[in-house]
Amino acid sequence: MLLIYCPYCEEERSELEFRQAGDAHIARPRNMTEMSDADFEAFFFLRDNVKGLTFERWRHLNGCGRFFNAARDTVSDKFLTTYKAGLPRPDISALRPAASSPVGTAPVETYEATEADAK
Amino acid sequence: MSELLRSELLGSDLSHARTLALAGRHGGLGAAALTPAAPATRLSLRAKPDAVETLSAALGISLPTRPKTSASSNGRHALWLGPDEWLVIDETEADLMAAAASSNVLHSATDVSHRNTAILVKGFGAEVAVNGGCPQDLTLAAFPINACSRTIFGKAEIVLLRTADDAFRIECWRSFSPYVFGLLSEAAEDAGN
Repeated sequence: MLLIYCPYCEEERSELEFRQAGDAHIARPRNMTEMSDADFEAFFFLRDNVKGLTFERWRHLNGCGRFFNAARDTVSDKFLTTYKAGLPRPDISALRPAASSPVGTAPVETYEATEADAK
Repeated sequence: MSELLRSELLGSDLSHARTLALAGRHGGLGAAALTPAAPATRLSLRAKPDAVETLSAALGISLPTRPKTSASSNGRHALWLGPDEWLVIDETEADLMAAAASSNVLHSATDVSHRNTAILVKGFGAEVAVNGGCPQDLTLAAFPINACSRTIFGKAEIVLLRTADDAFRIECWRSFSPYVFGLLSEAAEDAGN
């Protein structure tokens, strides 16, 4: 079972108590009524869906109920860090075990690696 | 409606007309016995840090500000649920809404006395029984006496309070209580083995 550190409860809790809540650090535009449709679409719908390091909002739904932010690797599912809502992005290079190499230097089994060329 | 008519229609003593969610249920074995708790008044309380001290004085109990902690005195419990959120339980059915209102500071209080019901788990297997549906570490080191937490039990949300080495109080929503009691009974029967 995946354990997630809640910065408000100050301890690790089971993933069962949490819900993912989309990307973090998306600034809400102040001039929404004047925006073009394309700009609004970009703000409202378009997400990067990155492979690797991503910043997400999470909610400790069945716990303290608070939203917080997390830096997570989408390939290894590893949480690099979690931090309170409203704080800026943390310095990720300092958190990684080997700052120069990307997370998951050990081979990670992905669909592409194992199945993509299977005939 | 006049008071006279109301009492004729509803019976003069409303407390006897109330149907309790888990009335008559019992479960578990020697390892972990389950008992539905007696009715209590409950308050869902939210307030900013600057109101905590005044609210504590009004409620006669010091609202805890550390995660997973609770305070108890004379049958009244204040449980930390979140950084600005508490569940206050009074087992003597005192009027908590009036007490909170008398504080005269900005806060939000909702009477959830009838929304919740509670199950008492007692016995040397209580930890194992609760862990049958709850993923938290309930060893005494991680979850000491008077520790409390909102968490999950199977598919239902519960608020867990450890009242003794071998005893827990499980607060759950009334409509979820047959599910929680059922799952807990199964876990409690297995706890002794």
